[in-house]
Amino acid sequence: MFEGIANLIEKAGWPRIIIALFLLSLFVIAPFVNISIGTSISDTLVRFAMNSVLVLSLVPMVQSGCGLNFGMQLGVIAGLIGAVTSIELGVTGLAGFLTAIGIAIPFAAILGFFYGLLLNRVKGDEMVVATYVGFSSVAFMSMMWLLLPYKSPNMIWGYGGSGLRTTISVEGYWLGVLNNFLSIRIGNFFFPTGTILFFALIALLVWSFFKTKLGTAMTAAGSNPVYAKAAGVNVDRMRILSVVISTVIAAVGILVYEQSFGFIQLYMAPLLMAFPAVAALLLGGASVSKASMGNVIIGAFLFQGILTMTPSVMNNLIKSDMSEVIRIIVSNGMIVYALTRRTKVRK
Amino acid sequence: MKDQSLTRAKNPLVRFVISNAVPILFVILLIFAVPLSGFSTDYLLNEIITRLGRNSFLVISLLIPVMAGMGLNFGIVLGAMAGQIGLIFMLDWGVVGIPGIVLAMLIGTPIAILLGMLAGMILNRAKGREMVTSMILGFFINGIYQLTILYGMGSVIPIASDKLLLPRGYGVRNAIDLISIRKALDNMWSIEISGVSIPLGVFAIIAALCIFVFWFTRTKLGQDMRAVGQDMQVAATAGINVDRTRTLSIIISTVLACYGQIIFLQNIGTINTYNSHDQVGTFAIAALLIGGASVAKATIPNVFIGITLFHLTFIVAPRAGKELLGQAQIGEFFRVFVSYGIIAISLALYAWRRQVEKETERRQAKAAIKAAVEDGTGG
Amino acid sequence: MDEKQYLLKMENISKEFFGNQVLKDVTLSVGKGEIVGLVGENGAGKSTLMNILFGLPVIQETGGFQGRILLDDVEVNFTSPFEAIEAGIGMVHQEFILIPGFTATENILLNRESTNYNIFVEVFGERLRTLNREEMHKRAVAAIEKLEVQLDPDMLVSEMPVGHRQFTEIAREMDRKSTKLLVLDEPTAVLTESEAETMLTAARRLANKGLSIIFISHRLSEVLKIADRLVVLRDGQVVRELESSKTTPREVASLMVGREIKDSSSVRENKSEEPEIVLDIKDLWVDMPGEQVNGVNLQVHKGEILGIGGLAGQGKLGIANGVMGLFPAEGEVYYKGERLPLNNPVGVLSRGIAFVSEDRRGVGLLLDEPIDLNIVFTAIQIQGRFIKNLLGGLIKWRDDKEISRVAREYVESLQIKCVSEKQQAKELSGGNQQKVCLAKAFVLEPDLLFVSEPTRGIDVGAKSVVLETLRTQNREHGTTIIMTSSELEELRSICDRIAIVSEGRILGILPPTADPADFGLLMLGEQEEVKESV
Repeated sequence: MFEGIANLIEKAGWPRIIIALFLLSLFVIAPFVNISIGTSISDTLVRFAMNSVLVLSLVPMVQSGCGLNFGMQLGVIAGLIGAVTSIELGVTGLAGFLTAIGIAIPFAAILGFFYGLLLNRVKGDEMVVATYVGFSSVAFMSMMWLLLPYKSPNMIWGYGGSGLRTTISVEGYWLGVLNNFLSIRIGNFFFPTGTILFFALIALLVWSFFKTKLGTAMTAAGSNPVYAKAAGVNVDRMRILSVVISTVIAAVGILVYEQSFGFIQLYMAPLLMAFPAVAALLLGGASVSKASMGNVIIGAFLFQGILTMTPSVMNNLIKSDMSEVIRIIVSNGMIVYALTRRTKVRK
Repeated sequence: MKDQSLTRAKNPLVRFVISNAVPILFVILLIFAVPLSGFSTDYLLNEIITRLGRNSFLVISLLIPVMAGMGLNFGIVLGAMAGQIGLIFMLDWGVVGIPGIVLAMLIGTPIAILLGMLAGMILNRAKGREMVTSMILGFFINGIYQLTILYGMGSVIPIASDKLLLPRGYGVRNAIDLISIRKALDNMWSIEISGVSIPLGVFAIIAALCIFVFWFTRTKLGQDMRAVGQDMQVAATAGINVDRTRTLSIIISTVLACYGQIIFLQNIGTINTYNSHDQVGTFAIAALLIGGASVAKATIPNVFIGITLFHLTFIVAPRAGKELLGQAQIGEFFRVFVSYGIIAISLALYAWRRQVEKETERRQAKAAIKAAVEDGTGG
Repeated sequence: MDEKQYLLKMENISKEFFGNQVLKDVTLSVGKGEIVGLVGENGAGKSTLMNILFGLPVIQETGGFQGRILLDDVEVNFTSPFEAIEAGIGMVHQEFILIPGFTATENILLNRESTNYNIFVEVFGERLRTLNREEMHKRAVAAIEKLEVQLDPDMLVSEMPVGHRQFTEIAREMDRKSTKLLVLDEPTAVLTESEAETMLTAARRLANKGLSIIFISHRLSEVLKIADRLVVLRDGQVVRELESSKTTPREVASLMVGREIKDSSSVRENKSEEPEIVLDIKDLWVDMPGEQVNGVNLQVHKGEILGIGGLAGQGKLGIANGVMGLFPAEGEVYYKGERLPLNNPVGVLSRGIAFVSEDRRGVGLLLDEPIDLNIVFTAIQIQGRFIKNLLGGLIKWRDDKEISRVAREYVESLQIKCVSEKQQAKELSGGNQQKVCLAKAFVLEPDLLFVSEPTRGIDVGAKSVVLETLRTQNREHGTTIIMTSSELEELRSICDRIAIVSEGRILGILPPTADPADFGLLMLGEQEEVKESV
């Protein structure tokens, strides 16, 4: 029995165990500091749901061997373009949301394609190049948001200014479009059924993809590119495809996030968005070269759990807001851990 | 193993342009942007001299890890944090002027050494991914730093001076005045030439650092680092302790960054406790790359050329943006774009060149063998 | 024997690796100023013997060795290469251990540079001493002079021709004052003819000055030219010591390969029908690091089992890899009369040719995936099998049930020891991993099968299963098999014909019944001496 536990610990890794125990203890302490469990769980669920698709978007690139997608911002930008254009067109409700997706996808596909070409040229250094490509693209778009000819009064600076505002509300357009769909409300407890269903749908699509011939080829390309090439798989093409898919899902992901959050955040806001998503995936048990649906769900839940519970519990305990600092430590610590993990080869 | 890369093109002019493509590009850019911005030459000259004095130490701290094959050390932010902690204690103990600066450096040094050792250890476990890992490690340690400064100081770590602490009694304030040491180094010895003030004291220190770095490459340790930087396997076979050598390069870099940040802050005059160190890594690296350095090769001229070009761009961009496109904001975003973009391009080019060089190497080895066989040397 | 003062005496050295006797009672002596050539096939024990001499940790880690080593009549037992170097033993490998961006001088003195004291040493330690470049230059020049070759001490290694890099390596050993014995391991393998000449002359000169040399090479002519004595190793034992002036290439080859022809039942009978050529290889060049192919011409007969043998690094492994598109290749290959596309794995696989790679962990398997997926993957990709077509072929869904079923069949027929067909490939033993690779090839039902090193690293019992499986495949399905192997015995036991590769070309094709010495001669590059070819 001890061997079983030892094996589990070795496989899961100490950081994950520590964090899981930390979260558990927060839940235990909660009632003692007057935090309602119901609210906590439902807050966690809402935050889980809104971030879930972004975390999911990382999986194809991990599986194909491109590593952790620190350049997720490219997909986010495509999503932002979709959102802003949809509002410019004045479409509301679910139709507005779907319009945003419809506009975002082609942008994401094109951006993803070029991004994939670039990554193919820098094999082995994908992650660091992705990071700075992501950062520069956010800075570049910041310039663009000032120049693009959007006119909707809800979005541009008041008093005859030009360029889009930093934060744009989606209230009146598609706020809560997914969250509120078939939602369940019991007292303090709120279950965002729509969003969870939407996530489940996309997760199902991704899972199915990896069960097809193409998906299997992609997994092989990431698991052992030489093997895949010897079996006739075009590794480069698989990689580009995975980048396109990841970027498209990220574009959808930011829209899911916005409908729950209530605002579209432009300019430098997306700069560091990749890191929490990556940390969440790693927290769920993924590695730099392998990720599954389970990793996404567990990881996103644990991560958002920490982010939700820490401020409320800590605030009441220590009377101070530690959440930001905890978030930085947890997410970055997780990523450093994953980067220093050496794959053990059994003889 | 013949290096058939573009830098071996026949025409020396072409060769020069290609190896120095990036700085040349920026010079061209600035030729247009500077007049557009409307700043006077005097003003710009003053600004550049100040910034050279302020930033050189930090950028120089990047050189040694490059030599040792660790790439661009995004982790110099660790050294910056150590320096800031040193300054906080200096202020708390009320030491002013030059002695204060020396004290801050003394306090920061052991912290920087420890952080450098930690970073070195972690980077050794992430061979091949040093740059990404050092970047994220920087964020992580930043989190720990914030934890310490925001909660530890004033509570667990005794801080006597109330001026430093937040109203609630613990945690350091957001912005701290460094009046007590402001420009202490600068004013130590400065001269004026036709309206431009030159802080010779600081430049003397920088010159000393340059001499140190130059001398260092001529020591055994420097030679070991060069060997490790080029081929870890060969170095190991020759008996060099590769991991230790790499860690030492990071420790040196972190300690230098600690001093560099102190010099930087004494010139600015305020510490933004939670933010001052944020962009240290990015800006220093961007400057170095703009000066013509690459992931594998960085020299002292790269440092000074880079700082000049980078900061000129920084200064003129907003005004030039306003003239060109009617919005100063564009200029501001433009300079952020430039900082990140130059790093992205450099990294991408470097990785790509590595791939191409490996290809060419193999093709040439094969051609050599083909030639040898056709000569009739085979069995 | 005689009372000659030996510099090195390795007496009764025995070594076993995990139950495998790799060296048995080997005695090797080298006199002062003597050049002793060490000759033997792959696996004869040459590298292991040198590893023991050199104190490589892997020897300690696997149980040490028996016997003793005497250097200058003093017993020694090195536990690390550094100790061996200190004691005066130097080694020059085939792969250069040089820093490309350093000059010859810097490489010659790597980690042994001349240094000067300065005050910082007090604070920071020895490594802060400054390099004394003039001193270093002098030492480098002195070392180079011992070789009597033209080598510019200030030239960067990356700009040197290959031969000069080799000299730099040797100069490095010569700089060490204490070097008494130099082991040269295939020193001329990558040199041109004139460079090899210079190299050998330099070696002879060094020996004349009193340096002892152990010279390992597959080029028999070279060994005979400069060695005073030859030691032939076979299957971990010394077969004979010969005076080079008193022996012939045939004698050496015959001793190296050894075995007499066993009873005919274990040797394949020749087919008497007129052979139909199924694969025609013309002037094949393959750029595979370490196994370069330099213009191979080969015709394979339909339904035969063709063996490709030769010493390690000579290119035999490159042929299959090149045809299958794993490494860049040039030339013309015709399969069943049709031109086969090169550098195109899909093109080759889809025409019914399969490959079992020698690198089972690197190329042959997806270690993190289960056995069943490993077996069927290529079949899925190339032949579109194990797929359920949904939505009229738009979605190709993996048929996991069928995959498990077929995998289970192979697990049984090949006796693959595993927990289940869902076990991850990386958890299997080497032999069982090899069986998975074979299954992967068999499931494609190929007409032509390349198999490289099929029984490498497999225990004896599994070996015969594997070979029997190949024989059965050939007999019952008529599959043409091209088998590349380092083990001559294995080739002689199941092949119809055996081609021997040396220096990237086929030197000759022999029937399995040919005189073993002929095989040896071809492996050693002595084509003219061979009596008959097929």
